Amino acid sequence: MQRMEKVELTQKRAHPARARWLLDLKRDYVLYLLLLPGLAALLLFKYLPMYGVVIAFKDFNLISGIWGSPWAGFKHFEELFRAPKFYSVLENTLLINFYKLVFQFPLPILLALMINEVRNLMFKRFAQTITYLPHFLSWVIISAVFINVLSPQTGILKNVFAFFGMSHIMMIADERFFRGVLVASSAWKETGWSSIIYLSAILAVDPQLFEAAKIDGAGKLRQIWHITLPGIRSVIVFIIMLRIGTALGNDLEQVLMLYSPFVYSVGDVIGTYVYRIGLGQMKYSFTTAIGLFQSLIGMALIFGANKLSKKFGERSLW
Amino acid sequence: MNTKLQSKGETVFSVTNYILLLLVILICLIPVVNLVAKSFSDEASILAGDVFLWPINFNVDAYEVVLNSKRFLVSFQNSVIITVLGTILNVLLTIFTGYALSRSRLRGAKAIMMLYVFTMLFSAGIIPTYLIVKELGLLNSLWALILPSLVSPFNMIIVRLYFFGIPDSLEESAKMDGAGNLRILFQIMIPLAYPVIATIALFCAVEYWNSYFDALMYINDSGRLPLQVFLREMLMSVSDATSNIDMLSSADVPQEAIRGATVVAATLPIVIVYPFLQRFFVKGMVLGAVKG
Repeated sequence: MQRMEKVELTQKRAHPARARWLLDLKRDYVLYLLLLPGLAALLLFKYLPMYGVVIAFKDFNLISGIWGSPWAGFKHFEELFRAPKFYSVLENTLLINFYKLVFQFPLPILLALMINEVRNLMFKRFAQTITYLPHFLSWVIISAVFINVLSPQTGILKNVFAFFGMSHIMMIADERFFRGVLVASSAWKETGWSSIIYLSAILAVDPQLFEAAKIDGAGKLRQIWHITLPGIRSVIVFIIMLRIGTALGNDLEQVLMLYSPFVYSVGDVIGTYVYRIGLGQMKYSFTTAIGLFQSLIGMALIFGANKLSKKFGERSLW
Repeated sequence: MNTKLQSKGETVFSVTNYILLLLVILICLIPVVNLVAKSFSDEASILAGDVFLWPINFNVDAYEVVLNSKRFLVSFQNSVIITVLGTILNVLLTIFTGYALSRSRLRGAKAIMMLYVFTMLFSAGIIPTYLIVKELGLLNSLWALILPSLVSPFNMIIVRLYFFGIPDSLEESAKMDGAGNLRILFQIMIPLAYPVIATIALFCAVEYWNSYFDALMYINDSGRLPLQVFLREMLMSVSDATSNIDMLSSADVPQEAIRGATVVAATLPIVIVYPFLQRFFVKGMVLGAVKG
C-alpha cells in the first residue's frame, strides 16, 4: 500500500492533480460502470435501511413515514431496558449461542481428524459427500426432519424414548430439552460443512513432522495430540473468534422453525421476538431499538474478538 | 517387536476410526432415509411407528396428492424463478463488483470496499429493512425476494481475491493487443475464474432456493409464495394446504406421508445438483475461509 502511495505522489508531481484524476476516470470508466449496479443495490437495500434505523429514536407511524414521524428521543430504549421480556430474550440468545459454541466447535475438528485418517479414497469421498449435504438443506426441511425423528410415538427413536420412560415427552416443546434440540440440530446441519476448513488446515501440516514422530515411536493418537492439533491451532482460534463475533445473530430461522409458545421462556431469541412483536403487533420503533442494540453489541463483539485474536498472537480477523 | 506393536496399535486406531465415521454417516443419513421411507408408506404403518428405513405397503399416493396440488406447483415455479433469476443477477453483480475492485489502480476502490465490508459488521436489522422494501413498493412481488439479497459481500470478497491473484501480465498483454476492459473481463478473467464462479453460484442458488424468512415478511399473496413457505404451511397443517384439492376428503389424506413427500420433492433439486458441484465448492470454500 505504501509503495502505491509513493507511486501516486510521483505521478502527482508529473501532472496537475486534477488532470490526473480526469485521465484516470476516463481510462477506467468501464470499471466504474461495472460498479454501478452493485452500488445501487448496496445503497437501496443496505444503507437506506441503516438510515431507517432513526425510527428507533422516533414514534414511527405508517402515515408520516420514516422522515415525517415525530422524534421520541431515547423513550424506546428506556422502555426496552425496563422490560423484563427484553432480558429474557437477551439471556436466551446469549445462552443458546454459548451452548452452541461450547458443544459444537470440537465436532468439526474431530470429524476432520477422522476423515483425514481414512486411507480408502472411495470411503473418504463418500463420507465427505454425506456429511456436507445437510448444510444445503433449509431450516424448514431440517425442522421437519427433527420433528420426525423426535416424535415419541412414530419417530425412529421411539424405542430409546420408551426405554428411558419418556414416551410422552415431545422434546421440541419441552423447556428442559429445547435448547438441546437447537444445539443438536445446528450441529447436524453444520458439522460436516465446518470440517472442510479444518481438513484443509490439517493437509497443510508438514508431513515430515509425522514421519519424525513415527520414528520416535509415537502412536496415532499422540501424533494427533502433539502435531496435528498444535499445527491447526491458529485456524481453531480463528474460527472460535469468528463465532464469538456472530454470537448475537444468525439463528432466527432455526428458532422460528422449531419453537412454539410452550418454549418461549427458554427459546425466544432477539430475532424471533423482534419479528413477532415488530411485524405482528406493528411496534416498529420499539423493535428497531432492539435491533439496533443487537447490531451494536454484535459489532462490539466482532471488534473484541479481533482484539483477543491479536492478543493470542494470532492473525487479525481482517 | 516395536514395529509390530505399533502396527497393531495402528490397526486398532484405523478400525475404530472407520466405525466412528460410519456412525457419523448413519446419523446424517438415517433421519433423511426414514422420512423418504415414510413418504412411500401407508398411513397406518407410519402412525404405528413401524416404518424405519424401508417403506411398508409401498404406494405413491402421497406424491400424487403433492404433485397434483396446485399450490405446490405454483410455489415450486415461484422458487425456480427466484432462484434462476436471483442467481444470475447476483453472480453477475458479484463478478462485476469483485473485478472492478480487484484493480488496484482504480481510484476510490478502497473506499467502496469499506462500504461493502461495513455491511458485514453492522446490519440495519429486520424492521428498517422491511420498511424500506415496503416504501419501494416491492411488497407482494417476487422482486422482494430477489433484490434485497443481491448484495453478498462475502462472495464478492472471494471473487475479488481470485481476480487479484491472476497475474497482471495477462491483462497487460491483452491491452497491447487492443482489448478493452470489458473484453478483458469477459474473455480472459471470467473463463479463468470458472471454479470460483461455480462455487458462488452454488452458494447463491442454495440461498435463494432455501430462503424462507424474506417471503414470510414480504409476501402475503398465496400465489407468489415460494416453496419453503408452502412447505412450512404443509408441515404445520396438511389439511389446509391440500384444501383446494377436492378429489380427496380430508379423512383419506395420508398426512404423515404427505409431509414426507413434500420434503422429498422440495429437496430433490438440491440433491441432484449437489454432487456435480462438490469438487468446486470445497476449493472455493477453503479459499474464502482462509482469506476472508
